[in-house]
Amino acid sequence: MSVPLPLAEFVVSLLIVIGGSFALIGSWGLVRLPSLMERLHGPTKATTLGLGGMLLGSVAYFQLVRGEWTTHELLVSVFLFVTAPISANLIAKVHLHRLRLGEASESVGPTGVPAPPTADTDWATHEAPHLGTPGDMVGD
Amino acid sequence: MIEYALGFGFLALGLALALNLWRLLKGPGVTDRILALDTMVINIIGIIVLAGIAGGSGSSFEAALLLAMVGFVGTVAYAKFLLRGDIIE
Repeated sequence: MSVPLPLAEFVVSLLIVIGGSFALIGSWGLVRLPSLMERLHGPTKATTLGLGGMLLGSVAYFQLVRGEWTTHELLVSVFLFVTAPISANLIAKVHLHRLRLGEASESVGPTGVPAPPTADTDWATHEAPHLGTPGDMVGD
Repeated sequence: MIEYALGFGFLALGLALALNLWRLLKGPGVTDRILALDTMVINIIGIIVLAGIAGGSGSSFEAALLLAMVGFVGTVAYAKFLLRGDIIE
């Protein structure tokens, strides 16, 4: 299978431009949006997608233009797509923790401070670990 | 054509890094700064990938993969320290 060179260059350029645009839009959202919970959307979705586009462009460049088959880039993008939601979840947990402690009152967001999950419990970041779970400080 | 696309990509990622730096310096909270650092790592990985295309060598992707791992571990360490007061309990 051989792709004509102008078409291959067009595909690679398109992927790079789309990826760069998404990365820029994500960082612009990080500056522009008013509260932290909204700011989380920009980097975790738009920037990660933009980087995925650039990595696909890199795979296409080495495959179509230079004729070398590489998969390192797919490894990087899979790793990023797995870890971006985890780090976003941890940052949101830190934000909730500090809201409940009263240390981050300036960026609450349009929905206000979230209520505890049920009336007689609290967020997991504020409760001691339950007995029998890792980190309960009894077994060790 | 690829040269122009690479120029646009470098410009966009440089501007994105400047915006992240603004958020990192301004805050207002410590969580905003962690988020800004996390985004900076992702943008720098993008720059490394584009530099790999521009240089035509496939050897820069180990650096990208290492930076992705170290950036994730750094974010998790920051978050765990703020949540629990300790990184490894």
